[in-house]
Amino acid sequence: MSHCHGCSIQIDIPEGARRIVLAGNPNAGKSVFFNYLTGMYVDVSNYPGTTLEISHGLLQGDVVIDTPGVYGISSFNDEERVARDVILTADVVINVVNAVYLERDLFLTQQIIDTGVPVIIALNMVDEAEKQGMTINNQLLSQLLGVPVIPTVAIKKQGMKEIKENIGQARSGQSDTELQKEMDKLVNRVGSRGEALLIMEGDATVAERHGLEPLNKREDIYLQRRQRVNQIVTHVVKDISKKTAFSNILSRMMIKPLTGIPILFLALYTMYQIIGVFVAGTVVGFTEETLMIGHFEPAVRSFVGNFISEQSTLGTILIGEFGLLTMTFTYVLGLLMPLVIGFYFFLSLFEDSGYLPRLATLVDRLLTSIGLNGRAVIPLILGLGCVTMATITTRLLGSERERRIAIFLLGLAIPCSAQLGVIAGMLASVGPEFVLLYSLVIFAVLVVVGTLMNSLLSGQSSDLLIDLPPLRVPRIHNVMTKTGIKSYQFLKEAFPLFALGALIISTFQVTGILVALQNILAPLTVNWLGLPKEAATAFIMGIVRRDFGAAGLAGMPLTSIQTVISLITITLFVPCIASILVMFKERNKKEALLMWVSTWVIAFLIGGIVAQLSALLGVATPAQVFTVMAVVIALTALVIVGVRLFKKQNIQSNSTSKGVV
Amino acid sequence: MTLDRVKKGQFFKINNIHNENVRSQAIRFGIAEGEWLSCEEVVPAGPIVIRKNRQQIALGRQLARLIDISLN
Repeated sequence: MSHCHGCSIQIDIPEGARRIVLAGNPNAGKSVFFNYLTGMYVDVSNYPGTTLEISHGLLQGDVVIDTPGVYGISSFNDEERVARDVILTADVVINVVNAVYLERDLFLTQQIIDTGVPVIIALNMVDEAEKQGMTINNQLLSQLLGVPVIPTVAIKKQGMKEIKENIGQARSGQSDTELQKEMDKLVNRVGSRGEALLIMEGDATVAERHGLEPLNKREDIYLQRRQRVNQIVTHVVKDISKKTAFSNILSRMMIKPLTGIPILFLALYTMYQIIGVFVAGTVVGFTEETLMIGHFEPAVRSFVGNFISEQSTLGTILIGEFGLLTMTFTYVLGLLMPLVIGFYFFLSLFEDSGYLPRLATLVDRLLTSIGLNGRAVIPLILGLGCVTMATITTRLLGSERERRIAIFLLGLAIPCSAQLGVIAGMLASVGPEFVLLYSLVIFAVLVVVGTLMNSLLSGQSSDLLIDLPPLRVPRIHNVMTKTGIKSYQFLKEAFPLFALGALIISTFQVTGILVALQNILAPLTVNWLGLPKEAATAFIMGIVRRDFGAAGLAGMPLTSIQTVISLITITLFVPCIASILVMFKERNKKEALLMWVSTWVIAFLIGGIVAQLSALLGVATPAQVFTVMAVVIALTALVIVGVRLFKKQNIQSNSTSKGVV
Repeated sequence: MTLDRVKKGQFFKINNIHNENVRSQAIRFGIAEGEWLSCEEVVPAGPIVIRKNRQQIALGRQLARLIDISLN
């Protein structure tokens, strides 16, 4: 294990092996390099103290380590702290630079060079820069920075071989002479130029490692570095054409509400048509019914039936109604897998096209009112993929307050892709007015709970400050790879949990606990929610995974309104075991427990309110359903106005009491 | 005047950013005090999108109020 100042990342470095670190801004193409250099041999470690995962792999006896995409290594967030520690202990840094955004990306490059580690630059996406009318003088760039520069087009594998062959050519580059002198003074005391630099830049953690006070020279160093980078860019970049491309016009349209909202709805509608209608209907119809129930299950039953009777206890557990070998496989492979692939396909498209930051800009105003800023739309959308993963990405939010709000909303009101797929499938069988009712209630809960938290939690949320990368047509190969990797990760995570769920349910079934629970819960399910008592099974299954619960509902004969009520309840219901665990890891125990209990209460409370309203006002005609919706809207408005008034009064009374003091 | 009052298409110079963290992060994105930029878009009641060369950055409305600018 190699020595590493305080960062102690758990990577086994073989004797004599070099630590080759990949670094760069977000979306510079690091992962393509990583996959090329390490091949299929990749290992993932959790970075100590965070849930950030760092991939590493082998390259001819050396270890290649990936880092999160950052704009600098200045401890503005966890990603930067992790990147900082990994870069400071590197033997070689391969800095992947986006040629189109040289001005922005070279800031990180110069900062890494200032740390004194040997650097080699992969000047990536040179084809795109050329297309935009830019000519970059590589030799001059290399000369000015003092490190080798190799032009690459990673996704076309151009220049990759040269990078691999020239890793040994990496060298320490040139820093500003003044800065260099200042650093030299400190190097004797702290032992490394990189640590000296960061202490001068005011990094408290690094300073503490050496028992020093951080120096407050960040801004001077930054300004000087920015000037240096700007000068380099003016020298090496020529012929910038200023034509307004179509992508620029589209980019603006995505940001402005007047055109941005229709674009968003169009995107969501396309997603619904493809995932909700085509995949959930046609594809799943084939994979679940024809393939799994029609062929797979009978084959497994007849095979296992040779050894064990289906009616025996073990038989019920293995191949019964909730069988480990039957239901688990049918649900995961036949029902969920196609839906999850469909969702991740769209998510990768959005990610690669540069749409997400524009969406963040569009919805910033809306999210500000629930105590978040536009950036939070990214975890919220990721939550539609997997709440567990999204909970971790809330780290990109600026304050603890925002993380608290976002994590709770994710656990409460954001259905994950698998669940969403089942929901979309079930909603396809009810009328449009019921679909609207479902969406309205979930949205209302999101807004009311967000407004409540924003008003009740102390402190202020941070403001939006986000870089808008270029819009581009996603490369299909890249999208497919991403979709494949994420879907595989889902499978790996979901399978054991599903198996566990199936085991619990069938054990409950064999021992008679299931019927007992159904009867105990009957007042809640039958009287309060107006559902058949068997719905309790779906809720019990939902504790393991929400989609598991939703899938359980899919098999039940329900009326339209019952479908909507059960879906509302199961959507708001507790998040799956995996995301509960992450919630406990990310927040303290008391807070996580409070969030968990609250989701139970809110789910049944809201489901019940809708059930009682529908019973009272009737839902036989669309007009009656719209009346229910109107009441929901009125109630929502009432709560929000109430909360606002309460807050206003509180602020006033606070300021008067302060005035008295 | 402050950045939240800028109009789409206007060129302006950044005079002062009254927030240390934002100031540092803006420098990293290529935007520093004293530089000339253009306003790309103003979202009604929402963020301001500014541009320098190819770099575009969206700033929340609250944040824009903390940035002093002058027009040409």
